[in-house]
Amino acid sequence: MEGVQLNLISKDRLDKMGSMEKIRMILDEVKRGKIIVLESGLTPEEEAKLIELTMLEIDHEKFVGIEVESYPQKTKGFFSKIFGGSGGRLTVIGPANRLKTIQKSDEFIEALVSLEK
Amino acid sequence: MGIIVKIKKKFKFLFKLFSRKDRMKIGIYGPPNAGKTTLANRILRDWTGDVMGSVSDVPHETRRARLREGVKIEVDGKSVTIDIVDTPGLATKIDFHEFLKFGLSEEEAKRRAKEATEGVIEAIKWLDDLDGVLMVLDATEDPYTQVNVTIVGNIEARGLPLLIVANKIDLPNASPARIKAAFPQHPVVPISALKGLNIDTLYREIAERFG
Repeated sequence: MEGVQLNLISKDRLDKMGSMEKIRMILDEVKRGKIIVLESGLTPEEEAKLIELTMLEIDHEKFVGIEVESYPQKTKGFFSKIFGGSGGRLTVIGPANRLKTIQKSDEFIEALVSLEK
Repeated sequence: MGIIVKIKKKFKFLFKLFSRKDRMKIGIYGPPNAGKTTLANRILRDWTGDVMGSVSDVPHETRRARLREGVKIEVDGKSVTIDIVDTPGLATKIDFHEFLKFGLSEEEAKRRAKEATEGVIEAIKWLDDLDGVLMVLDATEDPYTQVNVTIVGNIEARGLPLLIVANKIDLPNASPARIKAAFPQHPVVPISALKGLNIDTLYREIAERFG
């Protein structure tokens, strides 16, 4: 059966992984053409690191980058700034040539996954 | 991450509150083609008579960060001196085929794409050396992009003061209100960097927030 593989990764599993472990896993899977859905998403710093590593791995032929969509972070209060809080919110990541965002708002994301590479 | 580094990061925003510098380093951030260099040129032309760099309709025209030190802005008797860092546009994908549409040869397009990827990395690295950010968004575009969300999230995580500039209000389909609705927790100043519309309000806000 032809299709696109979707990996839905739970918050529990993400919580057990370090930042680089998460980012490496995401990039490796996306470069294989998979779509990754993270239940709890990434922190802003992890997202920036993911963009950095993506830029390093763009080869201008097979891999031109990633499409990432997540909801904006909830505004943090004083205490959560100091003691830390949850990471990001639900996030979808895929190869830029397969995943296209159609519509996005604060509470809704609509995306299209193409079968062709 | 080491515990000391973690604690330093957590308390950085508190530390910044009590240790304001005489001269703040302000980064101009945003997605490609939002008008970052046009704004940097406008500020420099108005206050130093100089320019920062070239602008173009081809995305990723700025592929190296540029620093201009000691720009003095005076508004309503209040004066602020800032160092301006004009950064390359941030993106999650860079496809050289996009540049071919603008008439570049394949070789030029590939070289531009490679330099653009390096520029994105440089822009992210600069975030650690700044005291404040002017985030420039194209008011005719959807503000809910991941790049915008990531930039704002990183600025908030670092506790940096942020001023959002809703640029290109001279265009008929511009909607600064959409940007205000997307980032209600931050001040938004609608301007046209190209035409100079409402630029005095921006200077007043810069003096207020970064002074």
